[in-house]
Amino acid sequence: MIVLQICVLLLVGATGSAVVLVRVPSRQLIVMSLFGLMLAIMFAVFQAPDVALSQLAIGSVALPLMTLLALVELGKKKKK
Amino acid sequence: MSTVGYVVAAWLFVIGAYGIASSRHLVHLCLCLAVVQASTYVLLAVIGYRPDAPAPILIGIKPDAQTVDPVVQALMLTDIVVEATVLALLLSLIVQIDRRTGSVDPDEVDLMRG
Amino acid sequence: MKHPWRTAAFALGAAGLAGLYLAACAGIPTANERPSRYGQLVNRLALAQRHVTDVVTAVNFDFRGFDTIGEEYILFVSVMGALVLLREAYQKTERDDEEDARTPRREAGPSEAVQLWTLSMTGPTIIFGLYVVGHGQLSPGGGFQGGVILATAPLLIYLADEFKTFKRVISYRLVEVAEAVGAGGYVLIGFLSWFDGEPFLTNLFPLGQTGTMTSGGMLALINLAVGLEVAAGFIVLLHAFMQSSLHDPKSKEKS
Repeated sequence: MIVLQICVLLLVGATGSAVVLVRVPSRQLIVMSLFGLMLAIMFAVFQAPDVALSQLAIGSVALPLMTLLALVELGKKKKK
Repeated sequence: MSTVGYVVAAWLFVIGAYGIASSRHLVHLCLCLAVVQASTYVLLAVIGYRPDAPAPILIGIKPDAQTVDPVVQALMLTDIVVEATVLALLLSLIVQIDRRTGSVDPDEVDLMRG
Repeated sequence: MKHPWRTAAFALGAAGLAGLYLAACAGIPTANERPSRYGQLVNRLALAQRHVTDVVTAVNFDFRGFDTIGEEYILFVSVMGALVLLREAYQKTERDDEEDARTPRREAGPSEAVQLWTLSMTGPTIIFGLYVVGHGQLSPGGGFQGGVILATAPLLIYLADEFKTFKRVISYRLVEVAEAVGAGGYVLIGFLSWFDGEPFLTNLFPLGQTGTMTSGGMLALINLAVGLEVAAGFIVLLHAFMQSSLHDPKSKEKS
């Protein structure tokens, strides 16, 4: 169990760093959803099912979608 | 395990802050802010955890049995929902900044110019 | 501030933080050293006094119910803020309608496989969202999580078709009303206690039998109000973002 927890924590750290280091926002978004998934797994491993559920809903739906729509809006401006 | 958790939380905070300081795109900056906020989740999850204790769902366990700390979980829940809405507000601010100044690079945006 | 200076300032701050953090970590008790008294107390009270089995929901909506009002209004206010900011953006683009009309969006449309899958998942998503909201006091879940799940159901319809269909399905006026009812309902439920001479948010309703959907008294009602508020809030938010970024120039209606 402890090994699993340490692995998940390290994965969270690694994907979190990846989110920062990917500089193109549209690509960063994909890494961000992966990071959200890792966080959800971490909550599940640390016996927090309520939080895992809400992270899953926010991290996989609300957050990437809003960012994507904002990026579409910004891109529309650029084309002109 | 706790030590690893604390280190990962600190690491996420620092790398997120680094991303904010060195960002060249406001949307990138926002997502870095989300990483900084995620460091608090890691910290709280590790603090609340008790080895071999069940989740705080009191079905099929004794009322006075030790569970994982429910109070920090309630804090994390609040944190996550607020993160999403704050991010929405920031993103719409970015859309506005882009409209007014025509740029999303924090170095080029000069809001005082109006 | 210019870029190199900012990096230097950051390096200074990070070094200071690293030192302080390591010093602080030395003092934090490790997980198994000291159980949290408050957590243990809440565990005992949730079952005995509130007939609620999910302690996290009990903390959020009952023991710390007043704080959750604040949280709900953070959500409400940032939805409102985003709406105000994006609405102005949207109105400004209307001048560019003619230019936009020449470049129609989504010529291809989603494939039939996507349509079949998303449309057939819409029903189960709504049921699952209602289930998560309704069983908030019994199993993991509650208003916040279930609300977001409910808000994804119309999104699936958007994925299967286009923004116009999304708008037709959600009935924007109703969603706005639902958001207001959800946000105001929480406070109004709290005021109910005053009629009985009790402090704000004191439970007045029968607690019901532990393990049933009606257990928890006022907590169950608050849970529903929060579910409504979160679901409606997220739909309003997504609608605003879609309106601003992919609005269909042919439909001139203002919402």
